[in-house]
Amino acid sequence: MTEQTHFVEIRHAQKSFGTLEVLKDISLNVERGQIVGIIGSSGSGKSTLLRAINDLDPLTGGEIWLDGVQVNKTLPHRQYEKHINELRQHVGMVFQHFNLFPHMTARENVTMAPKMLKGLSQADADRLAEEQLDKVGMLERIDYYPSQLSGGQKQRVAIARALAMKPKLMLFDEATSALDPELVEEVNLVMKKLAEEHMTMIIVTHEMDFAASVCDRVLFMDKGVVVEEGPPSVLFKNPTQNRTREFLRKHIEGAS
Amino acid sequence: MGLDFSIIPKYMDIILLGVGWTVGITVAAALLSFVGGIIFAVIALYAPWLVRQPFRLIEWVFMGTPLLLQLFLIYFGLVQIGIDLPAFVAGIIGLGLHFAVYNSELIQTAILAVDKGQMEAARTLGCSRAQALRKVVIPQAVRAVIPPIGNNMIALLKDSALVSVIGVSELTLSAQRVIGKTYRPFEFYILAAAFYYVINLCMEWVQRKIERRISISR
Repeated sequence: MTEQTHFVEIRHAQKSFGTLEVLKDISLNVERGQIVGIIGSSGSGKSTLLRAINDLDPLTGGEIWLDGVQVNKTLPHRQYEKHINELRQHVGMVFQHFNLFPHMTARENVTMAPKMLKGLSQADADRLAEEQLDKVGMLERIDYYPSQLSGGQKQRVAIARALAMKPKLMLFDEATSALDPELVEEVNLVMKKLAEEHMTMIIVTHEMDFAASVCDRVLFMDKGVVVEEGPPSVLFKNPTQNRTREFLRKHIEGAS
Repeated sequence: MGLDFSIIPKYMDIILLGVGWTVGITVAAALLSFVGGIIFAVIALYAPWLVRQPFRLIEWVFMGTPLLLQLFLIYFGLVQIGIDLPAFVAGIIGLGLHFAVYNSELIQTAILAVDKGQMEAARTLGCSRAQALRKVVIPQAVRAVIPPIGNNMIALLKDSALVSVIGVSELTLSAQRVIGKTYRPFEFYILAAAFYYVINLCMEWVQRKIERRISISR
């Protein structure tokens, strides 16, 4: 076993659902402060890979390391749960469908986990909520319920909720795919702001323009393998693989 | 002998005491059935097989046998194994557990209907499954079942008349006792019915209040 030297290190990741192989021997390194985009058609395994990083979809083979700790190490059930819960506190995740807690206000959504898991007092939690919601431009709606917010606003609150745990890595699973086109930009702006603050991010996206503008590196996945990866300037302009070219052509035609 | 409602005020204190017992037992049993329903539902859905089995037995007993029999068993039967409960406590436990089983069915369905993204979101923040259930999933499930649980609670109120058979002087038994003295069954049964109706209205009012508060917070 080699020493882990990268911030996120995925080694020979393999995942099957029954006989269906969703991830086939994927290896990927991400450095601290890097922003990596993952593109590919639906069913390519890109979301599964992302969800393996915080163990929402555990791998069936291979290893994932995060900041010197193996995510999917072998432990007895109880200890493993403890290990995963502790690890997930450092990995923020943003979902396509926001998954805000509908019975809680924006403030309560943001403060629930810090209060419960870090024992924050109500006053500290309130300060944290104000700070995080201000960052995503949602301070004015701090006491609104999700049902009173637009999709873009919900997603911004969801980002604030993830940031409130002070994660060292953020995972975005098609964060803007469920949004009306006119609401995409406000979420993208928040993500760009995080990029400027050097948050390490892995972003699964359908938006090529956005990936091109914020990512340091982009991976194109197809049928459970990484077909091609490189800086966006290379991957989008001069892809070397046929499958990548095919995908980009369809996607750009489809978008225009 | 015609109807004479003027006799009512003279025995009103006995009837009102009965109303008090009926309300007290109904409220206590309703609370027990609500909390018990949540606990039973969580056990049914998430507990290990071995833990689930005794609860399946309890569920079978309370769903598959008459409530009357259950009350007899709790009040008279348990004495034999050294558990001597006051009649009203036996009544609250019997009614409470009986309806807890029915509430549990509703709550289980509601828990399963909560979007699984909710559990995922809580887990990705670092919550354990139990924490996610407690703070995120169950509060949503409970909100969804308030109306059908309200119906169960109306049924509970009506079935509270059964605890008269173990000697609790609730509304129905109080009416019977007064009738025993006055030989005026029509007047006093009608009076008891009127009181049940009023209690019913109050319960519906409380339910509407709860529903309104919840609908604001969604």
